[in-house]
Amino acid sequence: MTVTAASTGGTPAPDAAPGDPPVPEPRAPKVKPKRTRAQRLRRDLFLVGLMLPGVIYFVVFHYGALFGNLIAFKDYVTFIGVWDSAWVGIDNFTVLLGDPDFWNAAGNTVVIALLQLVFFFPAPLALALLLNSLVGDKIRRFVQSVVYLPHFISWVIVVALFNQVLGDVGVLNGILDDNGLSTIDIIGNPDAFKPLVVVQVIWKEAGWGTIIFLAALANVDEQLYEASAIDGAGWWRRLWHVTLPAIRPVIVLLLILRLGDILTVGFEQFFLQRDAVGPEVGEVLDTFIYWSGIQDGHFGVAAAAGLMKGVLGVALVYTANKISHRLGEQGVYR
Amino acid sequence: MASKVTRPLWMGLPKWYTRLAKAIALTIVVSIVVFPFWTIVATSIASPNEVIENGGWVIWPSAVDLTAYTSIFKGEVITRALLISGGVTVLGTATSLVATIALAYALARPGVFGGKPVLLLVLFTFLFPPAMIPSFLVVKELGLLNSFPALVLPVLINVFNLVIMRGFFQGVPTELIEAARLDGAGEFRILTRVVLPLSKSIVAVVGLFYAVSYWNAFFNAVIYMDAHNYPVQAVLRQYVTQGAALSDLGNAEASILNSPQSVKMAVVVIATLPIMLIYPFVQRFFVKGVLTGAIKS
Repeated sequence: MTVTAASTGGTPAPDAAPGDPPVPEPRAPKVKPKRTRAQRLRRDLFLVGLMLPGVIYFVVFHYGALFGNLIAFKDYVTFIGVWDSAWVGIDNFTVLLGDPDFWNAAGNTVVIALLQLVFFFPAPLALALLLNSLVGDKIRRFVQSVVYLPHFISWVIVVALFNQVLGDVGVLNGILDDNGLSTIDIIGNPDAFKPLVVVQVIWKEAGWGTIIFLAALANVDEQLYEASAIDGAGWWRRLWHVTLPAIRPVIVLLLILRLGDILTVGFEQFFLQRDAVGPEVGEVLDTFIYWSGIQDGHFGVAAAAGLMKGVLGVALVYTANKISHRLGEQGVYR
Repeated sequence: MASKVTRPLWMGLPKWYTRLAKAIALTIVVSIVVFPFWTIVATSIASPNEVIENGGWVIWPSAVDLTAYTSIFKGEVITRALLISGGVTVLGTATSLVATIALAYALARPGVFGGKPVLLLVLFTFLFPPAMIPSFLVVKELGLLNSFPALVLPVLINVFNLVIMRGFFQGVPTELIEAARLDGAGEFRILTRVVLPLSKSIVAVVGLFYAVSYWNAFFNAVIYMDAHNYPVQAVLRQYVTQGAALSDLGNAEASILNSPQSVKMAVVVIATLPIMLIYPFVQRFFVKGVLTGAIKS
């Protein structure tokens, strides 16, 4: 049995000490500074075996897909396959950049992303402040479990719920109609589409988003509140001078993460509702990639769009992280 | 006594109008979340005729009538889709959990052979998540199109879940592991008898996350599967948001009813029910699980 051999781990010195001395160690030499790679592999064989399925998964489905981005530089023909399709340089990118549909999708994505940033991003924070101000534990827990729930509901069902409540034969218009009021055209109305999708994402995710803010709020030093209250600060001043500065790192962190993801406004949501309002307003980058690639078979061009989106996302995170360092914040660390 | 939680002195007593404003705000928030669920349940259990007379929706059914549900289960489409969803959810969650626990446990052990490069390999995928077209091509080249593994294998391990799990395993005291080893336990016994029993809460949370994502997934089915192999969410999309009639989808029984709306809402309720049923049990573990993960990453 390699009792001590295993327990000393990769760095032999520190682990070996506690509790070991009384145990008789018949054969294992006490000081054995470095193990060869083969010895470490033999020692960890079981753990390496545990890693194997996961590693294969990541190599095949993540790195395989990363590698598959190469078809952005190829003229992919289905029955020839990825390997044998001809290289075409940056042709797919030129085609893409000359496509007005692509620019329409990009424009919609940016507008929706900005709307989300302005209206959706602060929503969980506001809700968290409200929840945090509740002293009674029972009400707070009840409200929390209610507002977390929509996070677990699929987009298909969320869209179905919104249609049932706000659609032209839905509850809202039914009630308006019964009372002799004029009905409101919301679902399927291109003009209302962008506000609608932001409202949907607030309904679905604002509650879940409070978790991280609530944790940050719980960590704010009580004494700061006490001191400022004694100095005569009211609720607003405590919010402005104590609460917000205390949770600023968390806000900045989430903002950076959001920026990196800004070109992803939520694929499923738009995939489900694009046809109801038409591509003119309902197309975003991800749905553009789906329709031009998987539906219309322009795999190379669609992959080019996906690749540009991915690279831009990484660049955005990097820049936002740099800026936050400049402003004296921790940022994300990458 | 129990309801009076200690209120710090500096807070002072709340003014009646702030309390009123908070109560109103909370009521609005809760109703906005609950009302849509309420109305779909009410519409699905109302008699089809009442739904028609009222213009497609009901808030308070005058009597409970389960015709919509019985008509769904008489037809084949939804029943088959539910079986597919259930199967994929159960098998997928089990496979994902095993793969995630195995990798997370190995990566949580300090100084394990190959630990650092593998961790880097995994974390790098955070930066560059697989894009849609290349992922589709990988599945296609592997010959997985229209096979059920296509719904599981491409999403086998979620990096976020892996990181939460690894963080939790790292928190298991090394003394326990050492003690077990001195008692002669092998690595497998240490994992199954010492570490896993201590990690029930995280296994529950991650299991819930996987189960929910398998149950809710529809897009991978739309691109990888033929329509007759669709899980319930994908069928729901055709039926509720694309306006296909159940009769078009081959469900003769349901189309006999002349109130498609109550049937539609019944399908929505059925597709939501499993989540509603497990939610209360696992709910209390969320915050802990999500936060350990968030702090570690």
